[in-house]
Amino acid sequence: MALEVLEGGMLTTVQDMGRYGYERFGIPVAGAMDPFALRAANTLVGNSWDKAGLEITLTGPTLRATEDCLIAVTGADLTPRVKGREILLWMAVFVRRGWIIDFAGRRTGCRAYLAVAGGIDVPLVMGSRSTYLRGGFGGFEGRALRQGDLLAVGPTRLDLFALAGRSIGTDFLPPYSEEPQVEVILGPQDDYFTGEGLAVFLSGRYKVSSTADRMGYRLQGPPIAHRETADIISDGIALGVIQVPADEQPIVMMADRQTTGGYPKIATVVSADIPLLAQCLPGKSSVSFKATTIEAAQLRYRKMIADLESGLEEDLDML
Amino acid sequence: MHSEPRFLLAGDAALVVEFGNKIDEEISRRVRSLATALEENPIPGQAEVVPTYRSLLVHYDPLRLSYRDLVDFVHIILRKGEEYPLPEPRMVEILALYGGEFGPDLPFVAEHNGLSIDEVIRFHSGTVYPVYMLGFSPGYAYLGGLPEEIATPRLPTPRTLVPAGSVALAGRQTGVYPIATPGGWRLIGRTPLKLFDPERDPPTLLRVGDQVRFVPISEEEYWARLEREEEKGGS
Repeated sequence: MALEVLEGGMLTTVQDMGRYGYERFGIPVAGAMDPFALRAANTLVGNSWDKAGLEITLTGPTLRATEDCLIAVTGADLTPRVKGREILLWMAVFVRRGWIIDFAGRRTGCRAYLAVAGGIDVPLVMGSRSTYLRGGFGGFEGRALRQGDLLAVGPTRLDLFALAGRSIGTDFLPPYSEEPQVEVILGPQDDYFTGEGLAVFLSGRYKVSSTADRMGYRLQGPPIAHRETADIISDGIALGVIQVPADEQPIVMMADRQTTGGYPKIATVVSADIPLLAQCLPGKSSVSFKATTIEAAQLRYRKMIADLESGLEEDLDML
Repeated sequence: MHSEPRFLLAGDAALVVEFGNKIDEEISRRVRSLATALEENPIPGQAEVVPTYRSLLVHYDPLRLSYRDLVDFVHIILRKGEEYPLPEPRMVEILALYGGEFGPDLPFVAEHNGLSIDEVIRFHSGTVYPVYMLGFSPGYAYLGGLPEEIATPRLPTPRTLVPAGSVALAGRQTGVYPIATPGGWRLIGRTPLKLFDPERDPPTLLRVGDQVRFVPISEEEYWARLEREEEKGGS
């Protein structure tokens, strides 16, 4: 079974939850920018949470299913349609062989995720199916999808009809917004900033620049002052880390981030709020930051994922 | 060097264990020692460890492992230090065709330092460089120990494209560009070796802890070796 690509869309790539175990070789993790949306899409179609799906940016692709299948579209609302009719997001949808899946235009958010029961089946590169665009490897031939591509889909033994219609209630979704407030944990180099710099960072509103991409989001807003230097001995970069170079403007490191960096890191976005950033629109969205503790952050993230899983299980019991 | 490593938070899914605030062999050894220990004896929920100049970044899954449990575990590992000896460093030779069209900045490096081109090549290839970390791009190795005698400031304006395999230096650093990227370092030669191949296991030629020597080769050897490398890679 496969999905034929009739049109690639603006930037559609195969992503799973990322390539782990190779950062010490300088290899970025990549993976879905909004891991919650991909996890939810996979769970809706009965896949394990980390199967590969499509990350769809702003303008969606046009796909055709070569066999009956089950899909789910989550994340941004790009007006997903099956056979020309709009479908609901965050819901498992049955698609007959030959039907067209497309996207009629963005309403909210930036990145939509499409999972298909069985998962997108492309070769594993260093243990992952994520596309690393800059490096030109992983995913579908290391690049964005285009017309003529054929995406193999893995086998599934699930009863697609029984799963169709499962959905995730909006209560369980992250508070996506055009102007999200995002929680951070201060450090590892918060001591490189003046008290005033920290205060400005935690009270200001920062616009997501139009150059924001999968590697990182340059933000524009109130300048954040360093105590002395804006250089550190290069060290490791985690997802969501916020670097502040000498120009005093923060940069949030995202999925395709370099593994090491030499600017002081004032704070790191918590795992639960990475999805909020992933849905920000470059050149339009703005974010503000609120400090939290590690304990609260981990608790919140666990609850978010546990709720997602238990919500869907209840659904299955009802069938 | 910190007498006791500092534990810093890089969000809720990564822990920094920092051993100092400068580039030196002893700090690097302690970073690598902890990395080796955690790789051989990982705690459930640990995703991977990334050694850098003076700290180890431990990535973990907060759904399976709490910050507190991870820190406690690392403390235990640190106390058991001697039980996890570092592997013997590998000596890696990087063949390098110096100068000519592949080393357009070699004359500048020579002139800037009051040396002949041959002397620059002898200094560069006569040193053993420890690999402190990989980062910036896949397979890109940060090498320490460039001799003072050939230290040269970087280009005032970076080149928009540095060819893959370029052997370069800037300030007190030297290295090889694994893939074509923009770059501001001074290009002194090129290697026919593949520094990064996503299809190989491991995917990079160099690893943290390696000791690197550059070996001057002739043009004939360069082209012959380049062909063999492409055959090996298969693409």
